[in-house]
Amino acid sequence: MGSQHSARERVMWLIGILVVIFYALIPVVWITSLSLKKPDEVGDRKFFSGFSFDNYDVIFSDDTFIAALINSLGIAAIATLISIVLAAMAAYALSRLEFAGKAVILSGALAVAMFPPISIVGSLFDIWRAIGLYDTWPGLIIPYMTFTLPLAIYTLSAFFREIPWELEQAAQVDGATPFQAFRKIIVPLAAPGVFTASILVFIFAWNDFIFANTLTSTDAARTVPAALAFFTGASQFEQPIGAVAAAAVVVTVPIIIMVLIFQRRIVAGLTAGAVKG
Amino acid sequence: MADIVLDKVTKRYPDGYEAVREMSLTIEDGEFVILVGPSGCGKSTALRMIAGLEDISEGELRIGDNVVNDKAPRDRDIAMVFQNYALYPHMTVRENMGFALKLAKTDKGEIDKKVTEAAKILDLEQHLDRRPANLSGGQRQRVAMGRAIVRDPAAFLMDEPLSNLDAKLRVQMRTEVSRIQKNLGTTTVYVTHDQTEAMTLGDRVAVMRSGLLQQVGSPMELYNNPKNLFVAGFIGSPAMNFMPAKLEGDTLKLPMADVRLSDELRGAASGGGEGKQLIAGIRPEDFEDSSLVGEAAHRGATFKSKIDLVESMGSELYVHFTTSSDEKIESEELRELAEDAGAGEVPGGGQEGQIVARLDPTSKATQGEEIELWLDSTKIKLFDPSDGRSLTATGDTDGQPAATEGQGPAGRDPASEPDEQRSE
Repeated sequence: MGSQHSARERVMWLIGILVVIFYALIPVVWITSLSLKKPDEVGDRKFFSGFSFDNYDVIFSDDTFIAALINSLGIAAIATLISIVLAAMAAYALSRLEFAGKAVILSGALAVAMFPPISIVGSLFDIWRAIGLYDTWPGLIIPYMTFTLPLAIYTLSAFFREIPWELEQAAQVDGATPFQAFRKIIVPLAAPGVFTASILVFIFAWNDFIFANTLTSTDAARTVPAALAFFTGASQFEQPIGAVAAAAVVVTVPIIIMVLIFQRRIVAGLTAGAVKG
Repeated sequence: MADIVLDKVTKRYPDGYEAVREMSLTIEDGEFVILVGPSGCGKSTALRMIAGLEDISEGELRIGDNVVNDKAPRDRDIAMVFQNYALYPHMTVRENMGFALKLAKTDKGEIDKKVTEAAKILDLEQHLDRRPANLSGGQRQRVAMGRAIVRDPAAFLMDEPLSNLDAKLRVQMRTEVSRIQKNLGTTTVYVTHDQTEAMTLGDRVAVMRSGLLQQVGSPMELYNNPKNLFVAGFIGSPAMNFMPAKLEGDTLKLPMADVRLSDELRGAASGGGEGKQLIAGIRPEDFEDSSLVGEAAHRGATFKSKIDLVESMGSELYVHFTTSSDEKIESEELRELAEDAGAGEVPGGGQEGQIVARLDPTSKATQGEEIELWLDSTKIKLFDPSDGRSLTATGDTDGQPAATEGQGPAGRDPASEPDEQRSE
């Protein structure tokens, strides 16, 4: 919006932006307000009826929720790490080297990304039970990693392509092995891309419900989205709505914090990827 | 310190295109050799093969006494300066310059000492903790040089290191590069398409065209004694004037005048055959205003011509005039030169030839007026139009094979410097 825009145009923009923000934030505000109500106020049809942190006390004194939170963090973090390391190496090869089967790998990766998770979750359930991965961390890490790899590879290779090849050659002449050149020159320069890809992978793993719900059965590996479905509240006679709302707020916070921290890098990353993707 | 020997080195791409063909060149220890030629002549590819960034298809490359064909760049003990500098953007100047030493696991104190030393030579001391993005073009160029210097390598390889600088800075850095090389005495191979850099920098200059080495020699040798049309036209600015010529007895018929040749020249010229079509080349400075010639007048011929354009440089006068002739000269090499230089800069391609003469500034030549000009007949170069070979070149300049055969189509090498442009 430059100075050449008329006042009227600016007002229209402002209204548009407000509508979008309102539309996007209303569920978040709602669930936050819900999480702050006492159990007997849940049905009072008021948007706001005082602060009470009872629901938060309840979920944080609940072992199931704590275990789920740890599972979620651990599984998402490990899946992200493995996915990014593998994707970085694959993206590097795809953007720098000419080799037989490159096109097949690229289209294969795309095919994986297009595959609806629901279509394989049933057979995965049987396979995991047979080989003992059911209800374990690796049992979730593997599908998360698999489903996020294509996205990470595409994002990262767009970034790697932007890096002038001469830099790598300069490093080689300077005495670096190919791996040193990759680690010390290419990856640091593609840092925005690495952040972008990491966050996208993390969010996928953090938010997933289908795999988490199907492939787990106990606190051993159940993540927060799945655990929420089994939430009972403080006692089985109470409606767990308030507690579910509080838990939902708790799982949203890490994502918001992460995105806020890396916001500038992500924006730079998404646009850079967009131009050359 | 080491010498570099290329022994019939060939680069062939998978599609069969040969970027460099059987190149043989010995670069002595401590020597400064320039590879020069138009875009796509294979000079960058040759340099990258020395660096190890391109595979060598055939032939042998030796640095020191070791065959390095199959060695990785890091095992060749060479430092390279890239055209776009290739500085690591995420590192400070100090880290950029010390990167190679750090990889070599040199201890910290030693790295610091060497970086500071190099920074002093290059006048970069106050910039050591800045990042490349905050430096000017000239400073970046110096950091790239510094990165090479701290290594103390067997050889420097420079790929058009000055072509991204503006004209003034380029002249300044040219002197700088030359000074640094002289002080360090490191073997240096320098690629450029700028013949001014080639003439001023190198101990020896190697001219390349279409992947073939044309001639290797000192700058003056190439200037005074070019072995073929291409070298003659490429070296020198403004370029040599070319025109059709015919030998009849001891007279050489040029478009503007008939010239009596000296015995020596006639002997050389008759190699091309009596009455046969030849191409004559005359450098701009071998013309003069006939009223200013004085006693040298007897070894030349005079003719009258109408002046199209006068460019005064202060110290000299460039005078353009046109000659016409019934003959037309055709040569693959001239066409390529003209393409590379931009149309019109290499004269004599058609029936109407543009000639440039460099006259003394006291000359009264004025645009649109006719003037009597003199040309030095002892300095005329004669070329065989069929293969571009010089008939007047004396001696074998470097023991190089006469690289005039096998002139393929002037294909462009896709891998080397696609964005290269002739500067100045």
